Amino acid sequence: MRVSEIVQILDARIICGEHRTDYTIDVAFASDLMSDVLTLKNDHVLLITGLANMQTIRTAEMSDINCIVFARNKKAGKEMIALAEENDIILIECRYSMFKTCGLLYQAGVQPIY
Amino acid sequence: MTVADIVKALDLKVLSGAGGLNREVSGGYVSDLLSDVMGKADAGQVWVTLQTHKNVMAIASLKDLAAVILVSGYQPAENTAQQSEEENIPILGTDMSAFEVTGELYTLIRK
Amino acid sequence: MEHHEFNIEGGDFSRAGYASSQVKKILKQMGVDVGIIKRTVVAAYEGEVNVVAHAYSGAMYVDINRDEVQIELRDEGPGIEDIEQAMQEGYSTASSAVREMGFGAGMGLSNMKKNADELHIESEPGKGTKVVIRMLLNTTTGD
Ligand SMILES: Nc1ncnc2c1ncn2[C@@H]1O[C@H](COP(=O)(O)OP(=O)(O)O)[C@@H](O)[C@H]1O
Ligand SMILES: [Mg+2]
Repeated sequence: MRVSEIVQILDARIICGEHRTDYTIDVAFASDLMSDVLTLKNDHVLLITGLANMQTIRTAEMSDINCIVFARNKKAGKEMIALAEENDIILIECRYSMFKTCGLLYQAGVQPIY
Repeated sequence: MTVADIVKALDLKVLSGAGGLNREVSGGYVSDLLSDVMGKADAGQVWVTLQTHKNVMAIASLKDLAAVILVSGYQPAENTAQQSEEENIPILGTDMSAFEVTGELYTLIRK
Repeated sequence: MEHHEFNIEGGDFSRAGYASSQVKKILKQMGVDVGIIKRTVVAAYEGEVNVVAHAYSGAMYVDINRDEVQIELRDEGPGIEDIEQAMQEGYSTASSAVREMGFGAGMGLSNMKKNADELHIESEPGKGTKVVIRMLLNTTTGD
């Protein structure tokens, strides 16, 4: 699914990587635990999380994750955006809970990681 | 809808606290940050997490949650399971990831 | 043969990951296979976060040659009493503050073990810990 569709489904806002809405994700993963995210082996993962700090971006950098949705109305700070920019990571802010964010994307056909 | 209905529909394992299977479910809450659940979850919600820590049950009980779903095959710590029995708040297990089980739960509850 | 050193400040979560990030840049520039880079930096990063989360101060020493990368994390800190127990998935002494930072579920060392070609841990309780991650670069077999 394309980033542009994700943004539309979630009625969300891209705050980093606006010019890369054609990027496509294959699977989604929802977690607030970065050690959990660091166990993933898939490519083109969409990370859905309510943890908005520098380590969220660092974790995406190490795991080659290029798109993050911050649920629960979490906001990314300036430093986070700068680091995401440097690593070609798209950041999306969404005001829905993790429950609703996952629910809507799952219903729209986004695949989980098996 | 009760916890038992969800167990059946999503094919979950009842890991502990079967005495609470008749609890009514008001919705779902997905989080691995305990302070977040403490601040934002509502009574009657089913909590989806991979945290197995004993504080999970303390929070589930304080917030009067309907049940806890442990994702990705995680098992509750021994004292966590014990507290689930005492509080009659079921801990349910699944091999599904948080995203998948949440997607299924959302679909079921919104039906 | 290339050698790099990076300081790691205990408790400073805003900077955790800087050293691993530098390692990633270096390996990328060398044209190392992306799968190997990912395994290397995931292991390095969990090790770096452990220094930040559990120790007072430390450093990452990186040695690279054509065939292998060696990453050594050395810290001054409480050390690890029982390394076998610490390696078990789910075992953690992390503070609730660390857990609220998205770590501290006891999955770090076991994931480092899975990603590293070799992992050695030495520790002196009350003094500090040394973790060595060894990665082979010209492997034909993956994982
Ligand atoms: N550098 C270190 N110094 C002291 N203790 C450590 C260090 N690294 C790991 N440990 C100990 O090993 C445990 C398990 O580490 P790990 O698997 O990374 O999980 P976590 O960091 O999430 O607790 C830690 O909780 C801690 O007790
Ligand atoms: Mg750790």
